[in-house]
Amino acid sequence: MSSQTLSAGPAAESGNGQEAVVQLTDVRRHFGETPAIDGVSLTVRKGEILGLIGRSGAGKSTLIRCLNGLERPDSGSIRIEGREITGLSEPELQPVRRRIGMIFQHFNLLSAKTVEENVALPLKIGGWNREKRLARAAELLDLVGLSGKAKSYPAALSGGQKQRVGIARALAAGPALLLSDEATSALDPETTASILELLKDINARLGLTILLITHEMEVIRTIADRVAVIDAGVIVEEGPVWSVFADPQTETTQNLLAGVRPGLPQSVAARLLPGPASAAQTGAGETILGVDLSGPEAATLLSGLSAELSGGFRLIHGGIDDIQGQPVARFFLGIPSTAGTAAQAIAYLERRGAKVEVFGHVAGHA
Amino acid sequence: MSPVMLELFIRSFWETVVMTVASGAISLVAGLPLGLALVATAKGGIAENRAVNLVLGAIVNGFRSVPFIILLVALIPVTRFIVGTAIGMWAAIVPLAIAATPYFARIAEVSLREVDRGLIEAVRAMGGNRWTIIREVLVPEALPSLVAGFTVTLITLIGASAMAGAIGAGGLGDLAIRYGYQRFETTVMVAVVAVLIVLVCLIQWVGDLLVARLDHKN
Repeated sequence: MSSQTLSAGPAAESGNGQEAVVQLTDVRRHFGETPAIDGVSLTVRKGEILGLIGRSGAGKSTLIRCLNGLERPDSGSIRIEGREITGLSEPELQPVRRRIGMIFQHFNLLSAKTVEENVALPLKIGGWNREKRLARAAELLDLVGLSGKAKSYPAALSGGQKQRVGIARALAAGPALLLSDEATSALDPETTASILELLKDINARLGLTILLITHEMEVIRTIADRVAVIDAGVIVEEGPVWSVFADPQTETTQNLLAGVRPGLPQSVAARLLPGPASAAQTGAGETILGVDLSGPEAATLLSGLSAELSGGFRLIHGGIDDIQGQPVARFFLGIPSTAGTAAQAIAYLERRGAKVEVFGHVAGHA
Repeated sequence: MSPVMLELFIRSFWETVVMTVASGAISLVAGLPLGLALVATAKGGIAENRAVNLVLGAIVNGFRSVPFIILLVALIPVTRFIVGTAIGMWAAIVPLAIAATPYFARIAEVSLREVDRGLIEAVRAMGGNRWTIIREVLVPEALPSLVAGFTVTLITLIGASAMAGAIGAGGLGDLAIRYGYQRFETTVMVAVVAVLIVLVCLIQWVGDLLVARLDHKN
């Protein structure tokens, strides 16, 4: 399965219509000799959550800062709601920025202002009067579940609460796009989950388009509709999250997925010998297969295989994950080294549409 | 202390207070914008301009490198032009303010530079312009530190005002030199030192109190 055919999956339709909020074409940005962004073309569709993932130094921070003009690209085109912004002066960029909310890894709340003053600041910049902006701030604090903290100073809040204030502030002026710059990277797992939940809820309730950058696949998996993988300033892979999880095309993506996707257990990998187990072998040898399959077929794959193979097989590791409501299976199987069994198993699995990888064989089993 | 001496003492005290407060106020009004200009025009600042930054830096360094007693004399023509006379308390305020302005500007520069760049970025991302950044970020976020720096400036001015006696400005320092030292009136010397200690402690105490009230970082 190529990522081309997969782009017509459920996530592609979830962006209400195909209207582009952000359209990048061949954007480049160099710092001295080293390219930070090396020809990126990317579209963020209205209403979708697009996750941009990459290791630190991959260029994702520079890229996200190009979208609101905090960084200027050397070349290429950036369109926000259809408007080209690359040629704009600093004063011309200011109204564009008011259409784009941004949240940060370290929250960036003003310590000298109360929570409500922080939330109301974009409105103050937008020229709202005090009464109206405080009323709007109260509304937003209610949305993020912090009504009681309006008069507190940020220093009195926990990390998760600070990010909620950051989100309320980013939403204050009713933006068309929310940029999230590693917004959960400074938070513990539980708080991360609640912040992602909030972002997802806002996306669903307000139809807000979100572009988030992260180095954690778990974040992408929890919240994003589509994912773009960036490495050395280049988008190396892009597609609906479930399809990228099911069938990563590049090594970069595979490495990034390592923590959230089952892999061959170390104890088996250490004993692995090349090639399938040969018929001449005696004793309980096993051929080790890696099997990937996404879609409703995944649920019945193992029971089917069990019926197919008279000698049975062993499930070493793996399972079925649910990503965007899409079953994504990844199994590691041990097939007995009886003559022809491995070939029979592979033929069956491939007939069912699974991708099969032969890792090798082990003599005997654990 | 005789009643005449006491009267002289009280007058000197007020002269010191007036000189310190007036020149302090001028250094605040002139030094803060100068400090802001130094930070804004520096590399990576909100109005980066190398040439302006170099010139401003050179002017500040120039004034700061001249010992105050020399500045006091060297500025006599300027003082005469502004105040109309080169002697007396009001005349002393001119060189005091001119010396304190670059001093406070440097202190303010350090305070303003400490403001987290992420906050400036956040306000830029909201669509704020330079004035918004100065008004909503730089000054409010640096305020506790600016107040602490201004306290230091005021205390330095009390010390510097003692030298203003050289141009007949009066003040406690002058009283201590002329009566306490030159006429061997130890009581006056001790009294002046005691009052200066109390004055400095008072300013520091008020400054610290203000800083604690303004600081919401912890």
